[in-house]
Amino acid sequence: MNIINFTPVPAFLGGALIGLAVVLFFVFNGRLIGISGIVSNFLTSKNNRFDNFLFIVGLIIAPTLYKFFTSQEINILISNSFFLLSVAGLLVGVGTRIGGGCTSGHGISGMGRFSLRSIIATITFMIVGILTVLVKSLV
Amino acid sequence: MSKIISLVCGIIFGIGLTVSQMIDPEKVLGFLNIFGDWDPSLAFVMFGALIISSPFFHLFKNNKKPIFAKNFNYTTNKKINKKLIIGSSLFGAGWGLAGLCPGPAIASLALLNINSAVFVVTMFVGFYSAKLSEPTTQAR
Repeated sequence: MNIINFTPVPAFLGGALIGLAVVLFFVFNGRLIGISGIVSNFLTSKNNRFDNFLFIVGLIIAPTLYKFFTSQEINILISNSFFLLSVAGLLVGVGTRIGGGCTSGHGISGMGRFSLRSIIATITFMIVGILTVLVKSLV
Repeated sequence: MSKIISLVCGIIFGIGLTVSQMIDPEKVLGFLNIFGDWDPSLAFVMFGALIISSPFFHLFKNNKKPIFAKNFNYTTNKKINKKLIIGSSLFGAGWGLAGLCPGPAIASLALLNINSAVFVVTMFVGFYSAKLSEPTTQAR
């Protein structure tokens, strides 16, 4: 194992901002942030639809606002084929609904409340994610 | 007021993803690549988020109501069952394949990246399929 590209300070600060969003949403609106839940509920349920819509709008405009105020470029690299991305998208969509949460819902909101269910979910998707990357690197 | 909070929380969350670079799938794949060239950054993102959020959950959990809503509204599901493990495993497989999870995928739409759009559209198909196959799927 080699450690590369490690950026602990921006990671911690960005994480703290994510935590702040989770706290505000909880204290003011009484809800937990889980992106898969918010987005799938926006698509399939009338409950809190406008709130969910506004949250999603905020999430989508955020990188643009960041770029505008810091004039820093945001570089992302997605180096997979459309086929692989489609398979991954389907797995993430179906899996997060069956499992009741994703990195944010289980990994942050759930683990922050010390929910055993969320801790087990997070360990599960981390292990399977690590194994998937390992298998992909071998084939 | 709850509407403004929703928008603001979406913005703060998205800026958090941008600052931490979790919006970039390469960073996420680097974290999952424990057996190769490992980038531990994502662990620090979770640590930062948990250290801020956790104390507030415990301070406010005995409050009767949130500030701008009638009542707290989140899952009390404690079930640890096959569904949880199978669902989380499928998610983990998709996450490991593309390095994208729902938050960064949605946030990266603004960067007009065709790849993240393909992922998001198929993720929506996944949401709908799960909903259709089981209308009582608990939202979180």
